[in-house]
Amino acid sequence: MTSVALRGRLAHPALGVFGLALLVTVVEALPRLGLVDSRFLPPATDMIRELGDQLLLPEFWVAAGQTVSGWAVGLAIAMAAGIVVGVVIGGVPFLRAVTASTIEFLRPIPSVALIPLVVLIHGSRPESALVLVVYAAFWQVLVQVLYGVADVDPVVRDTARSYRFSRWTTVRTVVWPTAMPYVVTGFRLAASVALILEITAELIIGVPGLGRSIGVAQSSGAVTQTYALVVVVGLLGVAVNASARFVERRALRWHTSVRRDL
Amino acid sequence: MTRRALVGLGLPVVLIALWWFLSAGSTSFFWPPLSAIVAAFPRTWTADPILHDVLPSIARLTAGYLIALAVGVAAGTAIGSYRTLRALCEPVLEFLRAIPPPVLIPVIALFAGYTGATTKIVTIALGCLWPILLNTVEGVRSLDEVLRDTARSYRLGRLTTLRQVVLRGSSPRIAAGARQALSIGVILMVISELFGADRGLGAAVVQFQRGFAIPQMWTGIILLGLLGVALSGLFRLVEHRTLAWYRGLRQAEREV
Repeated sequence: MTSVALRGRLAHPALGVFGLALLVTVVEALPRLGLVDSRFLPPATDMIRELGDQLLLPEFWVAAGQTVSGWAVGLAIAMAAGIVVGVVIGGVPFLRAVTASTIEFLRPIPSVALIPLVVLIHGSRPESALVLVVYAAFWQVLVQVLYGVADVDPVVRDTARSYRFSRWTTVRTVVWPTAMPYVVTGFRLAASVALILEITAELIIGVPGLGRSIGVAQSSGAVTQTYALVVVVGLLGVAVNASARFVERRALRWHTSVRRDL
Repeated sequence: MTRRALVGLGLPVVLIALWWFLSAGSTSFFWPPLSAIVAAFPRTWTADPILHDVLPSIARLTAGYLIALAVGVAAGTAIGSYRTLRALCEPVLEFLRAIPPPVLIPVIALFAGYTGATTKIVTIALGCLWPILLNTVEGVRSLDEVLRDTARSYRLGRLTTLRQVVLRGSSPRIAAGARQALSIGVILMVISELFGADRGLGAAVVQFQRGFAIPQMWTGIILLGLLGVALSGLFRLVEHRTLAWYRGLRQAEREV
C-alpha cells in the first residue's frame, strides 16, 4: 500500500470506524431478524462474547503461540534462503539465464500439491507446516530479490569493478541498497503467504495451532466458536500486514519511495 | 534461438535426468523411481479420471475465478471512484483480506455442508476476490487526474469514460491482482477438494496418498504442477495481448 493510500485512509478514520460498525450491525441484525438462521450465522455480540471467553482459555493461547511461532520460523528460513540464493543467482548472468525457466516452472506449483507428500513423511507434526510455509514463501522472496539484483545500475556496477571492490563489498554497498526495496516487498508478500500456508496446514493436516482449533470447532458444531476463531485469525492477518508495512517503512526510511522531504 | 532454447531447457533436463538416475535404484517407499512414476502416469490418468476429476476441477476453478474477476473489478471500480465509499470500506476490506482464504471453508461448510460444486465455487471466488478488488481500487485511484478531466471536457459519456479511461488506465494493476488471484484460486481448488470427500483432482491425489499408491500420488502432484504452469502461461498470453499498448508505452518512455 502506498503512502497515498495511507493518507487517504487517515483522512476519514471516523468513516472507517462507521463502516466497521455497519458490518457488525448487519451481522447482528441478520440472525436477530430471522433473515439468516442463527445456527449458520450467530449474532455479532455472541461472537464477541465467545471471543472474550476464548481469550481467557490457556488452550487458545497455546494454539495462537504455535501458529505464530510456526509462521515466524518458516518466514525467517524462507527469507534467509531466498536472499542468499537470489543474490548468488542474480549476480551471475549465466546462472540467471540457466535457472530462469526452472524457477518459472517450480514457482507456480501450488504448494498445497505437496500436502500429500508432507503428510506421508511428517504426518501432522509442525514439520509438515514448516515445509509448506518455507516452500511457498521462498519463491515470493527469491523472485523479488532477482528483480532487485537485476535493477542495479550498470554504471554503478562498472564503477565498483573499476575501483576493484571485492565481491563482498560490491554485494554490501552496491547490490544490497538497490535490491533492498524489492527484498522488503518480498518480505511483505512472503509474510502473508506464510500465514496462509501455516493456517492451511493446521486446518487440513491437523498440525497444532489456530487452524486446527477452527477445524475442530466446526466439526463439533461449535458455530459461535468457529466464527470467533476466524475473527481471531483475521485479526492476526491484519497484525501481520500492518507490522510488515511498518517494517517496510522503517527499513526504507532512506529510500525515495518513503521519504517525504524530496 | 537454439542457444536460448538450450539455456532455457538445459537445467530442467539436467534436473530431470538427475532425478531419473538418482531414484533409479530407489527402494524408498516415499521416493519411487521416476521411471515408475512415468510408467504410472498413463495408467492413472485415463479418460475416466480426466473426465470426472480433472475437468470438473478446472471448471470449478474457472467459474470461481471469473465470478471473482467480474465482482472484483465492478466493486473495485466503484470503491476506487468514490472517496466516501472508500473511506467507509477500507478497514472492513483490510480485515476481510487478512483472513486466510482456506479458513472460509469451515465457515461455508456451516451453511451448506461441503459436498456440492457450488460451495467449492464460492470458496474459490471469495478467495480470488480480494487481490483483484484491492488492486482495482488502487489502479482506479492512481489514474491520472488530467486524463479524467480531459475525458470530462471532451464530454465523453459515462460508459465511454469508464471503458476507455478508467478500466483501461487501471488495467495493469488489475492484471497484477488477477495474477495473484490465479495462484490463490489453484490453491483453493485443491484445498476445497481435500475437505469434502468427493471427486476432483485434489481429492484424487489424497485418495492415492491414503491408499499408499505412492507413484500414482506423485503423478497427481506432477499433474497439479503442470496445471499451475499451464494456467500461468495462459495468463501471460492473455495479459500479453490485452496489455500490448501498455508495454509499448513503457518502451517509448524508456527510449526518450
